[in-house]
Amino acid sequence: MDKTKKEPLIHITKRKMISKKREWAIRLGSILIALVVCAIITTLTTHLNPISVYASMIDGSFGSERKIWALLKELSILLMVSVALAPAFKMKFWNLGGGGQVMAGVLATTSCMILLENKMPSGAIILVSLIAALAAGALWAFIPAFCKAKWNTNETLFTLMMNYVATQLVAYFIIKWESPRGSGKIGIINPNTEAGWLPVVAGKQYLLPVLVAIVITIFMYIYLKYSKQGYELSVVGESQNTARYVGINVGKVIIRTLILCGLICGLTGWLLVAGTDHTMTTTIEAGRGFLGVMVAWLAHFNPIGMVLSGLLMVFMSRGGGEISTAFGLNKSFGDILTGIILFFVIGSEFFINYQIHFRKSHGKEAADV
Amino acid sequence: MKKKLIALMLCLAMVMMPLLASCGGGGSDDGGSSEEAKMKVGLITLHDENSTYDLNFINAFQESCDKMGVEAVIKKNIPEGQECYDAAGELVDEGCTLIFADSFGHEAYMIQAAKEFPDVQFCHATGTKAHTEGLDNYHNAFAAIYEGRYLAGVAAGMKLNEIKEAGNLKGATPKMGYVGAFTYAEVVSGYTSFYLGAKSVCPDVTMDVTFTGSWYDETAEKEGANKLIQGGADLISQHADSMGAPTACEEAGIPDVSYNGSTKSAAPNTYIISSRINWSPYYEYCIDAVQNGKAIDTDWTGTIETGSVELTELNEDVAAEGTQAKLDEVKAGLADGSIHVFDTANFTVDGAALDSYKADVDDMGDYEPETEVISDGYFHESEYRSAPYFDLQIDGINLLDTAF
Repeated sequence: MDKTKKEPLIHITKRKMISKKREWAIRLGSILIALVVCAIITTLTTHLNPISVYASMIDGSFGSERKIWALLKELSILLMVSVALAPAFKMKFWNLGGGGQVMAGVLATTSCMILLENKMPSGAIILVSLIAALAAGALWAFIPAFCKAKWNTNETLFTLMMNYVATQLVAYFIIKWESPRGSGKIGIINPNTEAGWLPVVAGKQYLLPVLVAIVITIFMYIYLKYSKQGYELSVVGESQNTARYVGINVGKVIIRTLILCGLICGLTGWLLVAGTDHTMTTTIEAGRGFLGVMVAWLAHFNPIGMVLSGLLMVFMSRGGGEISTAFGLNKSFGDILTGIILFFVIGSEFFINYQIHFRKSHGKEAADV
Repeated sequence: MKKKLIALMLCLAMVMMPLLASCGGGGSDDGGSSEEAKMKVGLITLHDENSTYDLNFINAFQESCDKMGVEAVIKKNIPEGQECYDAAGELVDEGCTLIFADSFGHEAYMIQAAKEFPDVQFCHATGTKAHTEGLDNYHNAFAAIYEGRYLAGVAAGMKLNEIKEAGNLKGATPKMGYVGAFTYAEVVSGYTSFYLGAKSVCPDVTMDVTFTGSWYDETAEKEGANKLIQGGADLISQHADSMGAPTACEEAGIPDVSYNGSTKSAAPNTYIISSRINWSPYYEYCIDAVQNGKAIDTDWTGTIETGSVELTELNEDVAAEGTQAKLDEVKAGLADGSIHVFDTANFTVDGAALDSYKADVDDMGDYEPETEVISDGYFHESEYRSAPYFDLQIDGINLLDTAF
């Protein structure tokens, strides 16, 4: 009898190296397959022409100057949160508290704007609210980082719970400062004096957040890639023991990195309140703390790559809104399409990292997939 | 490194694109060039069809646009933030000449858009600022829903009388429970008019009110209703929008006066009647005004006569006998002015009747009541602005909590 080793039909191995070209081919291929699947589902469930649905999604994001600006503003805010989370995740500190850190900045900014109106000039309020927002964001990140460094608490749960604390604090102050009374909303802050509102740069309302996001993204790229601190945090992420062995103070790196993260989130909250919305609601952060995690992961914590993954997210969300307007579909339909595309994009990472071999038959080499 | 540079350049290019576009294409308008195209009307809603509140606007809007032969463009799920201004701007870009928004928190962003686009009419439901803002193209609207609530209250009072006669009251005197959202004037006006309606036929009735702190929270509304039922309520009504209170009543077998539409299918054994605002008359009025170049009222208040305040189907199986006849009689009285909902002869505050009260009609964020609203023996609700401003705590109504 033939005494060969029994081999399973499918056999998965980790890839050692993959060329950039191949990596991108897999990614683009997965998006193409996702688009085909979306097209089939669109046709089956809505009987619409999928090409016109896609065209309308593109129109919703890029159809007019105003839409492009709205897209860029959304992208900038999301990008800032993602960029803020990147160093923490690179350090393998699962910071799910980006949302709460943004809300801390939102609350600090709102407090300064409301309490300091008529007490100091608008420029001074802007400065004070900026410092307060940075401090509040940093504090919200520092607390779980300190506990992690000191007592090795679970940062996932801790940062997650800090989100709820921040949201509830915001809810409390909304009721405290509500206008008109009993409405459960604070309305526009300082509508008449516009005290503490950020100036409009070059006549373009959303230019400022876009510029800030560009600066922060480039800064983070350089920080992670070329600075000593950026190197230290990646060593901590690879192995805390190695880090200790080479003389890195792990606790210090954790706290320092999280403070940086909180500062950027606080800055984001400041831009949201003083720059664009001029109000505070419990939903102003709009889940970006979680979405930002996905954006950062998809880009492998490369801030430049996050521009692309962030763009994909914002494009899908704005496009989804547009198809609900254009075709009278429920917003959930846009979410379904987003879900399918994300499934394939995230799934493609598996095929980038692993190789699938089929059982050799008739002595022939099976093709790699 | 080279790749990174290229990526960086791409980002910059993306940012510059709209800037360049705005420099180059200065003032050209590409959309809506054909004059014979249909008039376009926009609607901005906070949620989508899954919310009964927004559904009420969306259905009326579609219906009115179809009827008037104009094109409807609806932007759903627009939060009460800067996104509302963006959505309004996009609607203008698409050629809308009349734009509505449905949520209270949209107001500031609608005003911002109205200032930027003076040739477009902006109409905001439930808002308070049009009469002080002084813009020609910004308008508020509401309905005299307190009249609808009053009628619903009459139906509730008749039912309480029936329970009382049958000897099935939980306590010595009839007691109602009311699930409110916030301690906001719109809610206060709603529950007070409901109570006064019930009191007009059932003089010894009292009412407990609880607040959920949300316009839509099914669990909190259900819990609130259960709390009121346990506290001895013989009948429940609610302001909040979910099915929470009606289902709690159906489970406990307590009659319910609903809001925003019939809940008979979910509560066939307890649903009595419901009041709702029909926005179609307002939409048709505004579309007609824009089509014919007429001015739109700064504050428009729909009434029973305009068809804006409606009572939905009366459930004969649950309602007391003779309810429909009584409702018709009271409705006629409201129409001819012989009945005023907030007649000062019918309620007291801290044991005394009122002959003067100043309300915060001009909502300038100062909480300063400045407008005398009681004259000719009644409180003039929704006359000095369309949104309700009745915020008195009258005797007979007991607030269980006021945290919100």
